[in-house]
Amino acid sequence: MATPALERTGRTAETRREPHASEARGPERRWVKPVLLWLAVVLIIVFCLFPFYWLINVSLKTGPDLSQADLLPPEPTLDNYQSIFENADFTKALRNSVGITFITTALALVFGSFAAYALARLRFPRKFLLLAVILSITTFPPIAIAAPLFKLWTELGLYNTWAGLIIPNLTFALPLCIYILASFFREIPKELEEAALVDGATHFQAFRKVVLPLAAPGLVTAGLLTAFFVWNEFLLAITLTSSPSARTVPAAIAFFTGSQKFEVPIGTISAASVVITIPLVALVIIFQKRIVAGLTAGAVKG
Amino acid sequence: MEAATARLRRRPRGRDGYGRSERRLAATMLAPSLIVIAAVAAYPIGYAFWLSLTEYSLRTPGLWRFAGFDNYSEALSSPEFWDALTTTFVFSGISVGLELVIGLGMALCMHEAFKGRAILRTVVLVPWAVLTVTTAITWRTIFEPGLGLAPVLLDKLGLPGADIVWLGEEPYALGVMILADVWKTAPFMALLILAGLQVIPDELYDAAKVDGASAWQRFRRITLPLLRPAILVALIFRTLDALRIFDLPFVLTQGANGTTTLSLIAQQELTTNRLIGLGSALSVLTFLIVMAVAFIYIRALGGNIRALAEET
Repeated sequence: MATPALERTGRTAETRREPHASEARGPERRWVKPVLLWLAVVLIIVFCLFPFYWLINVSLKTGPDLSQADLLPPEPTLDNYQSIFENADFTKALRNSVGITFITTALALVFGSFAAYALARLRFPRKFLLLAVILSITTFPPIAIAAPLFKLWTELGLYNTWAGLIIPNLTFALPLCIYILASFFREIPKELEEAALVDGATHFQAFRKVVLPLAAPGLVTAGLLTAFFVWNEFLLAITLTSSPSARTVPAAIAFFTGSQKFEVPIGTISAASVVITIPLVALVIIFQKRIVAGLTAGAVKG
Repeated sequence: MEAATARLRRRPRGRDGYGRSERRLAATMLAPSLIVIAAVAAYPIGYAFWLSLTEYSLRTPGLWRFAGFDNYSEALSSPEFWDALTTTFVFSGISVGLELVIGLGMALCMHEAFKGRAILRTVVLVPWAVLTVTTAITWRTIFEPGLGLAPVLLDKLGLPGADIVWLGEEPYALGVMILADVWKTAPFMALLILAGLQVIPDELYDAAKVDGASAWQRFRRITLPLLRPAILVALIFRTLDALRIFDLPFVLTQGANGTTTLSLIAQQELTTNRLIGLGSALSVLTFLIVMAVAFIYIRALGGNIRALAEET
């Protein structure tokens, strides 16, 4: 396997060096393609970053500056940030979000890595059917279970609690988690496990001592994507909570905007939106490779 | 060799080829996930269907009676449902279409741009990382009259549209919603397509060039057909997400001015109007519509899931 891969990368570098689009039209137009490409790259960067920059810009303005469409805040101020952190509803929501995200992600990784190992390595009948059922959950519209959960949670005392959000979030996060982990587990050489099995280890020991440590990057990827998903969840967060005591940040922000006139707290809302997004952007910058690997896991197979 | 020894070693364990202990372990390891999924997805769906057959409102205490398909006929005969259905499909069709075209373009650029690829990949992940609620607020700050950038910018550039109240007029509000969705998710599409591009062997392009194929021909005849699986997966993910869209219209417009989607109308009946029966019927209809689309897609993708199951 290793040799053709090497051969291919060697070839790639070779073909890359020649500017293939221009060769038919002569050397005088060789600059056209790099310039167009460069323009496209700038366009992509502006398209992706500018709107978020604009939000940060708005969050640094107060009073009449807000209504001026200046690209730079004339008098940048952190007042909005100060007021958001003085708002008890927001800080409570922040704590709820962090707690719910951590617990859900941890549970998803534990449950998910068990299930993924079984699907990736153990042999049992009707595996395809099982995988199809698990994956079909990713297509469920959360609205379809909102009413029954609302009713059930009220009866069970889970309405407006952390557990009431952790449980459904776990359900919706698990399929993705299992899918990513299974595709990582399958890439670990079987020989390592088989050596452990020959040495007298049980399947479970092979899983815990051999596979799991080797799949650490996969756990990071799956954990990150699960955490992003839970942090972002909105519909259940507003349907299954009634007060700031269990409300997560996206829901809290929607309630800032929903009830009152938009012009009053726009600076504050922008600041809150920036605060909850910055950690995610930081994670994206640090774990860019892992996240891309997770997003594309299994997507390229024909 | 290894496969042969493994088979030899495993054969004595069970009559049907699977070790009994292996099967038991598989069941144990799958149980926690399956229990959670069954308890919070399968059971509530069934319960939602039951609720949708009853007349039940939190406004009238004690009211609970079996109503057959009354809620469905009420939903299906209300213009609001058909409006929401149209909005949802128009939104999904246009935004997923645009995302595909823009995502493909972005992927091709990222594939060509050799040096900047890592930076571009990070940049492109930023909109993906921005929460949907934040996305909605961002585009509100751009289009809101009186503080938005868009009206001022359009005015300065002398372009039409400066005096449009973007979020307050009928087709434009949906336009902003589509724009916001495209911004947030085209990058995701681009990454999936880029992953597909990276597994196309360069030899194919070299051979085509030797045969005198133009860049467009190479794109049409090599790139597009080989990207089909990656594009299909991206389309499935995105279409199913778009059909369920809820947070974007909720924060952007509260469903005003032609932006009420299926999920939103169902949620409003449930929480604002507190009509559990009717709301459940709308939820079940949404569920059935999304499932129907998923089914059509998964028939096309079935091979992928099967491959994952059988590769082991």
